[in-house]
Amino acid sequence: MTKQMHLAAHFPGVNNTTVWSDPQAGSHIEFSSFTHMAQTAERAKFDFFFLAEGLRLREQGGKIYDLDVMGRPDTFTVLAALAAVTDRLGLTGTINSTFNEPYEVARQFASLDHLSAGRSGWNVVTSWDAFTGENFRRAGFLPQEQRYSRAQSFLDAAFTLFDSWQHDGAFSYRDEHFDIAGRFDVPRSPQGRPVILQAGDSDEGREFAAASADAIFTRHGTLTAGQEFYADVKGRLARYGRRPHQLLVLPAVTFVLADTDAEAEERAALVRRQQVSGQTALRKLEEVWNRDLSGHDPDGPLPESDPIVGENTIALGRASTRMHKDPLALVAKWRALAEEKKLSIRELMIEVSARQTFVGSPATIAAAMDEFVQAGASDGFILVPHVTPGGLDEFADRVVPLLQERGAFRTEYTGETLRDHLGLDEGGDA
Amino acid sequence: MPNLHLGLALDGAGWHPAAWREPDARPNDLLTARYWSDLTAEAERGLLDFVTIHDTLDAPPLRKDLVRGRLDAVLIAARIAPLTRHIGLIPVAVATHTEPFHLSKAIATLDYVSTGRAGVQITVSTESGHFGRRDLSASTEQELAAEAADYVEVLRRLWDSWEDDAEIRDAATGRFVDREKLHYIDFTGRWFSVKGPSITPRPPQGQPLIAATFQVGADLVFGGQFAELAVFLDDTEPAARDRRDRLNEITPPPGDIEVFAGTAQQLADHLVDRGAPGFRLHPAVLPHDLTAVTRDLVPELQRRGVFRREYEATTLRGLLGLSHPANRYALGSR
Repeated sequence: MTKQMHLAAHFPGVNNTTVWSDPQAGSHIEFSSFTHMAQTAERAKFDFFFLAEGLRLREQGGKIYDLDVMGRPDTFTVLAALAAVTDRLGLTGTINSTFNEPYEVARQFASLDHLSAGRSGWNVVTSWDAFTGENFRRAGFLPQEQRYSRAQSFLDAAFTLFDSWQHDGAFSYRDEHFDIAGRFDVPRSPQGRPVILQAGDSDEGREFAAASADAIFTRHGTLTAGQEFYADVKGRLARYGRRPHQLLVLPAVTFVLADTDAEAEERAALVRRQQVSGQTALRKLEEVWNRDLSGHDPDGPLPESDPIVGENTIALGRASTRMHKDPLALVAKWRALAEEKKLSIRELMIEVSARQTFVGSPATIAAAMDEFVQAGASDGFILVPHVTPGGLDEFADRVVPLLQERGAFRTEYTGETLRDHLGLDEGGDA
Repeated sequence: MPNLHLGLALDGAGWHPAAWREPDARPNDLLTARYWSDLTAEAERGLLDFVTIHDTLDAPPLRKDLVRGRLDAVLIAARIAPLTRHIGLIPVAVATHTEPFHLSKAIATLDYVSTGRAGVQITVSTESGHFGRRDLSASTEQELAAEAADYVEVLRRLWDSWEDDAEIRDAATGRFVDREKLHYIDFTGRWFSVKGPSITPRPPQGQPLIAATFQVGADLVFGGQFAELAVFLDDTEPAARDRRDRLNEITPPPGDIEVFAGTAQQLADHLVDRGAPGFRLHPAVLPHDLTAVTRDLVPELQRRGVFRREYEATTLRGLLGLSHPANRYALGSR
């Protein structure tokens, strides 16, 4: 029997994947954009809507980074408002465990779960950087090596609060990070606990997910990498007394659709050019070189200077810089590639930028997605459109019906809550 | 006589602690979106300026004869915003335990989802058990208020930290924003420092409304320029008084605000005589006393020519006669 996939809609992110220069691009902050994308996802019977978070405007070279779409709403507030314009769609978002307190966050999620009749989900992220901390009372007090330990404590404390109604709300939680006690004032919510999502790809992140999460985001967009990751995290569950279906693996993926595969390839190339303007190419190069390259011509050759090795000081407030572990090796590889294909800075950055995960006609994409799931590389996908707010429309109209025909996706919601959609048990202890 | 402004305080089953026992009370619905949207829709039918939604981060009562169970007020306001069109939404927030950066973007977002109808009522807390990091036992009332005043200053600066026209989408230079129009707020105080700018663009009202019951630099002071009144409204004065006395007998009410028990006509006279520019009425029992305000009091005030017959503005600031404020960081206003 065909295994059914889960699908989620990621509101386009604050990065250069999101193309604001497209004529179809609308507001990134007006509520009508959020409504449009959420209602499209619900019309297509998606499992949930997802909203990311970043708590400080990114900077590069000591200045606010101005090339990408920017400006975000408050996660809780926009999800609560979306509960008014949707009926079944799960409403999930990122909430940081470093710059918040468990009592307040537990109260907010329990409230969201009541106000959405059981559709809330929480992507737990940890951060430690003093740069973001400058916006908070709780600034800069967390050493990096403690971030998962605090996140685990934070989640355990929140679980204690969610489950406290069996004792009339009385609770007490004490460990190295928190010492809190009192009475919780939100009675048990429809799902018991929000669905817990986790996005870390590190060993610690995977372990955290295996212990506590209901779904894990990944970036493994190829079949082999996906299968390895899938087997790895599912294999960690037994240690925590959990079964494979209790942690869903959901890679975040991009897509470009057109009538034919050839047209889609053409369109995908165009989108990558939109995503990497000359200025964006230079700034991306700076992330790796770790120095100011603003004097260079993006249509000219790579800089002759070498990258500055060590702590990345040029780009602040973004996760991607941590991925450049060996800049010297990367630069050597890029130089060779640019030499061989005669590429300018911009052409090189387009060449090495992430290719869209699924490119093709609706039939091609539906088949590829289905294969990915049937082959044990994921339990579904988090789709990241590149245009706000209509970037999901075509997918909903043209690919979803084909997935449904294949028996690979639901044709109607069969449950009420997000846990129902995801096939998860009710959360926590009643 | 200029137009009166009327707001309603929504708190659980009503202002009176025994309200939940009344025949038309809906104590089992307090945790549903429907309860709050019904009440607010009724307030909007009565053309009221705003509703406030009470909240606290303190422990709920232990007593079994009182309503327990409360949802986050900002989230309630956000949940009902898309279902209403004119009425202002003012949730209560606690400055003492929360991050001004988070609340600033939450209220800015409430302003976006309500297209310009957001406010916030700032309160303080003297309990710290739910937030073990802080010992408040030595904090005086003045200190808590001073911290809240810093908090309000940070909210205001963050709301101005993006100029209205910061988003330029300039294809020629590839710039989405003009970063000259984004501003660090660089607030440093005794209790916290906040760098900024906000991650949320300046909200539609520029500055959402800030309310409080004490001096904190608010736009609107309840118990100050807006008088506070708990109301029992019935067809006859004896009926209202009987109801008040009956509920007081069951559970003594808080003694912090003035109580009115009588007919809508009498209340209309009382409000006009008081001469205050506005009132926040606390319906003693929900929905009974709210419905009496919208269906009986409001028509009385309209007959006297002191209350609007239709909404004259689309924002909360507009309803209260406040202009769109200049941005403190914009060149033209320095």
